Amino acid sequence: MDLFEHQAKELFAEYGIPVPRGIVAHTVEEARAAAEQLTGRVVVKAQVKTGGRGKAGGVKVADDAADAEQKATQILGMDIKGHTVHKVLIEEASAIAEEYYFSFLLDRANRTFLAICSAAGGMDIEEVAHSAPEKVAKIPVSPLDGVDRARAREIAEAGGLPAAALDGAAELIEKLWAAFVDEDASLVEVNPMILSADGQVKALDGKVTLDDNATFRQSDHAALEDKAAEDPLEAAAKAKDLNYVKLDGSVGIIGNGAGLVMSTLDVVAYAGEAFPGQPKPANFLDIGGGASAEVMAAGLEIIISDPSVKSIFVNVFGGITACDAVANGIVSAFQLLESRGEAVSRPLVVRLDGNNAELGRQILADARLSGVELVDTMDDAAKRAAELAAVGA
Amino acid sequence: MAIWLTENSKIIVQGMTGGEGTKHTRRMLASGARVVGGVNARKAGTTHEGLPVFGTVVEAVKETGADVSVVFVPPAFTKDAVKEAIDAEIPLCVVITEGVPIHDTTEFWAYAVAKGNKTRIIGPNCPGIASPGASNAGIIPADITTAGRIGLVSKSGTLTYQLMYELRDFGFSTAVGIGGDPVIGTTHIDALQAFQDDPATDAIVMIGEIGGDAEERAAAYIEQHVTKPVVAYVAGFTAPEGKTMGHAGAIVSGSAGTAQAKKEALEKVGVRVGKTPSETARLMREVMQAR
Repeated sequence: MDLFEHQAKELFAEYGIPVPRGIVAHTVEEARAAAEQLTGRVVVKAQVKTGGRGKAGGVKVADDAADAEQKATQILGMDIKGHTVHKVLIEEASAIAEEYYFSFLLDRANRTFLAICSAAGGMDIEEVAHSAPEKVAKIPVSPLDGVDRARAREIAEAGGLPAAALDGAAELIEKLWAAFVDEDASLVEVNPMILSADGQVKALDGKVTLDDNATFRQSDHAALEDKAAEDPLEAAAKAKDLNYVKLDGSVGIIGNGAGLVMSTLDVVAYAGEAFPGQPKPANFLDIGGGASAEVMAAGLEIIISDPSVKSIFVNVFGGITACDAVANGIVSAFQLLESRGEAVSRPLVVRLDGNNAELGRQILADARLSGVELVDTMDDAAKRAAELAAVGA
Repeated sequence: MAIWLTENSKIIVQGMTGGEGTKHTRRMLASGARVVGGVNARKAGTTHEGLPVFGTVVEAVKETGADVSVVFVPPAFTKDAVKEAIDAEIPLCVVITEGVPIHDTTEFWAYAVAKGNKTRIIGPNCPGIASPGASNAGIIPADITTAGRIGLVSKSGTLTYQLMYELRDFGFSTAVGIGGDPVIGTTHIDALQAFQDDPATDAIVMIGEIGGDAEERAAAYIEQHVTKPVVAYVAGFTAPEGKTMGHAGAIVSGSAGTAQAKKEALEKVGVRVGKTPSETARLMREVMQAR
């Protein structure tokens, strides 16, 4: 889960990391009130979970409250790379002497953590990393060793920070490491980390990605979720503990195993190219390697509640759960939904392979469920599902 | 022969007494794998599924001569379970558990490295390893195929099963599911190296997924070190940017990590890449028939 800048900074503040005073505003009125409360010059910053906000015009300095109101009017509702701005952070303007870059993140390739530090901070860090890589220090950090004050200072020195900033940066970096570990983050980024005119090192921006696998020991992270931005179908699926991602096509997809479902999305998209309107997958839904009947029913329920779905493709490889159990799951899912008056009104193409596939197909054939077709291979089934979606569109 | 797991492998199960542990211990035993015991500190001295339960991995290894551990403990306890396996210097530790926090995986990996890498870790969030006809450590269905001369390494469980099924008439030396998490113990490269060195493996199927650059690095390795034919498949060509697709590692950010980039890197070094699982199987079929 990615956090908004204001959430990241609130988190930083909890760890004693210096951040500018700021107030979140959802309306221009709130923006004005916030600027009045902060007094003096403020910065109006779009709160969106994407980069390149500054270049897109989502960050503006305002001289006073009236100006802040005007800038907020411009920024609220703005679209930044497909993200609509629903809130702004009104923050006291900082007197910046210098801008640096700092982050801790996971280095997948080397299976360790990495500290990235550079005296050349600001908006164009990617460009610096590309054109002048020697200006960007990348230092591996073992989870067994961690980062204490001395290590933090070494990292800041390696990044080329000037002597005046070293003490402050070392303190900030040490605290940021604590936040990174204690909050189960996979990224904490401060860009820019600034040296202010009065000699303080502060986090002027913050980007944090939290590990969803750690929610069992991070109970307060649930409150950080952006419920408003969540797709309603994704929210419903989440409530049922389903691994579902809404996509923009018309072929509903149910499969078992993340890899197989991803592969199914590809095969359906390829097959769709041959049909009018080029039908594409409407969703990703992985009912897990086990593929139980209950989960199948819950999955079908989510898919049929999506009005953009014109056909459904159930693609299961029977491994741990045999295909007869999956077939029974489909049959009972139909019965369950019918008893609730939510009949599966769209054609359903089923491909069963693997353990007890014959038996599974027989069960489905005998059940004579309306609109259900059995197709032998994944490729042919994808074609049929795409064709049915094209017809139904 | 096979890689890492043979008919002589003696397996213990960490978390054997739990639901998943019990179910899959039964399945492994039914497939003929030599499961010799389990570990659960609170049930030490009892028996479960007819097997002795030990208090620690060290004790289990000492009493049974086990050289493989399969971990089914819940995510909150996985880090400690793997570290215990590392401390016992068991040669192979297969971590099935899904949902292990990234800080925990990174820590136990660092721990394994610090202890001299005496324990090969497979996973987490993986289906395990199967050498058909010889042994089975994890949750890969044992009856999909028989022993043969194809080696398989994959980030995905069900795609592993799919390809094993499509190529069941040829059979497999070993199939390794390395898992789809951002940090994993055994990589594509480790498996490629082992298959290259395995006299019982003639050709290799490699299955990748969007996210990270493991496939690109595997391509570079293949160019330098692998002379056996490799056929690959990459899932996630049509996955939208920035969305996690089930596997924590399967997320596309920017241009790096796309399926297209992986396909191109692999094709550049002479690896044939299938557009779909069935096309991949067909490519491997051609390779095996040409032998």
